[in-house]
Amino acid sequence: MSIVEQIPLTNAENIERENRRSNSSCLEIWSVLDQVKDPEIPVITIWELGVLQNVTRSGDHVTVTITPTYSGCPAMEVIKEDILVALSSAGINDVVVNTQLAPAWTTDWLSSKAKASLKEFGIATINSDNTIVCPQCGCSKTNQISEFGSTYCKALYQCLECHEAFDLFKSH
Amino acid sequence: MGTEISVKEYVVRLGDDALILGHRLSEWCRNAPFLEEDLALSNVALDFIGRASMFYTYAAELSGQDVTEDTFAYQRDCRDFKNHLIHELPRGDFAFTMVRQYFVDVYSLAFMTSLLESSDSRLAAIAGKAIKESEYHHRRSEEWMMRLGESTQESHRRLQSAVDELWRFTGELFDQDSPERELVANGVAVDTRALEADWNQAITATMSKISIEIPKDELQVTGGREGKHTEFLGFLLSELQFLQRTYPGLEW
Repeated sequence: MSIVEQIPLTNAENIERENRRSNSSCLEIWSVLDQVKDPEIPVITIWELGVLQNVTRSGDHVTVTITPTYSGCPAMEVIKEDILVALSSAGINDVVVNTQLAPAWTTDWLSSKAKASLKEFGIATINSDNTIVCPQCGCSKTNQISEFGSTYCKALYQCLECHEAFDLFKSH
Repeated sequence: MGTEISVKEYVVRLGDDALILGHRLSEWCRNAPFLEEDLALSNVALDFIGRASMFYTYAAELSGQDVTEDTFAYQRDCRDFKNHLIHELPRGDFAFTMVRQYFVDVYSLAFMTSLLESSDSRLAAIAGKAIKESEYHHRRSEEWMMRLGESTQESHRRLQSAVDELWRFTGELFDQDSPERELVANGVAVDTRALEADWNQAITATMSKISIEIPKDELQVTGGREGKHTEFLGFLLSELQFLQRTYPGLEW
């Protein structure tokens, strides 16, 4: 592998998303939303997952923009509720949550911190060189058991070394 | 103004295709041949229901007033639904469900690729979501064609009879009426006629690998886009709409 190939690629849409946050005039609201976790994977926040796209404030009115991971994902409704609850607890009640479809969500937006949290939680992600490593023992010899798993976004795999079954966060 | 109504109608048609197929697939939940397949079919069902939700939400926005996505799903009758007939056929045996899925997946992949270029940015955005899911569905249903085609005499026989049964409902996928052709000219809708040759080629290539014969000169059944359905849609809707018809406006 040449040196150039080893430079990690960062997704342009995700850089824009990060810029929207760092240039925002209401950083404290973004921070409040860091309490909101994925209801099915409670170790990563909706920011780390890439679902939280934008927060804007005009006067007392706050608009939160999120994007669905999968189009039929039942967790989206729960995430909307959780956003309203988190903001309400912080005294912000005039809130609208919008859903935006484009750009379409991709697993490329998962931060490396999110991937590390997933691994610790027992969920593998596909590495940049397309290998899948068992989150339990770190072995790279794994086998797919089922293309769909316990939730919408996961497939079921088994490690051929320690024989543990584990979830894989599907590449999307 | 005329065009606006047509865009809404077109969006509802695409929503109808997705909802009806999604419902048929959901019938496999806890009925599939084994657990993994049960999960898979239920997940694919969810993808199509999610797709319907995206189309209907957009149609509701184009309608204004008190119309919501649920209005389209729950408050219309058979003749108002404009889905292609292939989606409403009963789920049949597992081979029937997978052959239909394979036919639809090959079609959907090409359709969504083309819809990505739609002059309507919302439709293009929906296609951007749907195409990723279709890639997944397609890989799976194609694998099933190979597996069923190469397994036993019985699985091969069932596969062949599903293809024989379904073939007459495939022509409709590429048959567009004049309102849709107008939208093709506007760059909003997908020109499905242009997808037919590639679809045929892909299906023929797969089927020849597993020695499945494609019916020749089969009479094609059409009418879905005009609201003329098979007898099966009414039964499907009575189940799908039961709760909202019995308790209008009921929420969780």
